[in-house]
Amino acid sequence: MNLKLVKESISNIYPIFKREFISFFNSPIAYIFVAVFLIATNWLFFSGFFLIGQANMRSWFGLVSWLFLFLAPAITMRSWADEKKSGTIEFLLTLPIRDFEVVLAKFLSCLAFLIIVLTFSLTIPITIGSLGDIDTGIVIAGYVGVILMGAMYLSLGLFISSLTRNQVVAFLISLAVLFSLFIIGSNNVLVFLQGPFASLASFLSTTTHFNSIIKGIFDSRDIIYYLSFTALFLYLNSQIIGSRNWR
Amino acid sequence: MISIQNLTKKYSEIKALDKVSFEIRNGEVLGFLGPNGAGKSTAMKIITGFLAPTEGTVKVNDLDVVDNSFLIRKKVGYLPETNPLYTDMKVYEYLNFVAQARQIPKSERKKATKRMIDICGLSDMAEKIIDQLSKGYRQRVGLAQAMIHDPDILVMDEPTSGLDPNQIVEIRDLIKKIGEKKTIILSTHILPEVTATCSRVVIINNGKIVAQGTSDELTAGAKGKEIIYIKIRGDKGIIRQRLNEYYQVKNVKEYTGEGKDIHAFAVEVAEGNGRELVYKACVSNNWILLEMYRKQENLEDVFRRLTTKEE
Repeated sequence: MNLKLVKESISNIYPIFKREFISFFNSPIAYIFVAVFLIATNWLFFSGFFLIGQANMRSWFGLVSWLFLFLAPAITMRSWADEKKSGTIEFLLTLPIRDFEVVLAKFLSCLAFLIIVLTFSLTIPITIGSLGDIDTGIVIAGYVGVILMGAMYLSLGLFISSLTRNQVVAFLISLAVLFSLFIIGSNNVLVFLQGPFASLASFLSTTTHFNSIIKGIFDSRDIIYYLSFTALFLYLNSQIIGSRNWR
Repeated sequence: MISIQNLTKKYSEIKALDKVSFEIRNGEVLGFLGPNGAGKSTAMKIITGFLAPTEGTVKVNDLDVVDNSFLIRKKVGYLPETNPLYTDMKVYEYLNFVAQARQIPKSERKKATKRMIDICGLSDMAEKIIDQLSKGYRQRVGLAQAMIHDPDILVMDEPTSGLDPNQIVEIRDLIKKIGEKKTIILSTHILPEVTATCSRVVIINNGKIVAQGTSDELTAGAKGKEIIYIKIRGDKGIIRQRLNEYYQVKNVKEYTGEGKDIHAFAVEVAEGNGRELVYKACVSNNWILLEMYRKQENLEDVFRRLTTKEE
């Protein structure tokens, strides 16, 4: 019975997922962002790489955590906002598909797009590997960390996109919220906070968790942090979509 | 059967619908008539499960649309007023996507898409990106989208808006053809459309139902009331007084006559033959009848009377 429901959900999610995923490539924005992302990270990374002379990618992952602040909202900004503006939401939500399935389909298509972008960056570890001895384990850990962080950023971006019908507003608010989550864990902020507030801020911040993952330390708390925040924002997202049915 | 009971929808404090109740029988084409902003679209959004009502219920075959939204959405095809489409897709791509999202099995998907392209006259446009289509063709894509899964119930919000006269006739014929087998609710503010396509009419104004019935019934309801327009030479006061003495006469209204002696009246007669009554009154009073014609209300008059405020 349960398996049947899961199967049904998958067949509900798949067509929306596919449409959303293809539509990324129908718009020039996707190509521009991929190009900017790859050129920026490669350039910034390799310009320091040969000076430091260490065969690892830690500084690249550091760069990525910054660029994701822009890339993730850029991927998610139109997702709901556009749907609301053009009215297609009325079509989408009268299909025999449950709200959470639509939310999941949108999330998964964004995540798939992000993973595609990351795939293009695999040239970096390959290059490093040919130049020196690279710790494959740490690189894999780093990529898993980036994907976990990306998933959380995307779910937040999607949630914010569902609150507005304006893509630009969705982009800017997502950026602002992500940036806040990013900096509250930095030392510059933590020195002003005391005791429990400092530990709360460093717990909430994405930076703290990300830094330990890219060092190769797989702590279940970090993974739970990303997964639970992703789940929370997806849940809030489907609540917002369902709110049209509140009496 | 769709049964709507005491349907009320509030947007913050504004009531878009106020205790609306009516029924739609299977196989009926129901015309939902009303001026802009009367609440037509809101009612349709509730029937299709996009919005939930503030109060009241909508039941499709005895199933509540809020509680059984998922089941009912499978049976309903919906063409929203704005005809939203994913304009970055090609026509056949889009229809194929809708077919897939509607869970039409893979083996039949192509056939269903092809069938809709044929029925809606889109075969020359199938390879085009929707963004490049004219409004009329987009409307056809919207119709195709709404019907691709062969729904029992078809809800169409102003299906002919923005089309040219030829296209309107084509779409109407299409609706009529489909309507033979399905239950259809369509909204419009174009009156000839109702007479042309609908078997029954519900007129709504300011969120309330003001009349319902077949278009014949609606005009017949006003048939008892005839208005006779006359022009008579004679004394104004006496004419008015004498006419008012007849018990059949409900109202005598004066309007602009011609010059001094010729007076014009609109005589509202509630029963009997109004023209004979006026003639006899003239003969017995020795008035000279210069002009007389009768006007019966048509659907347009009924609509205008019901949806505009008196004075």
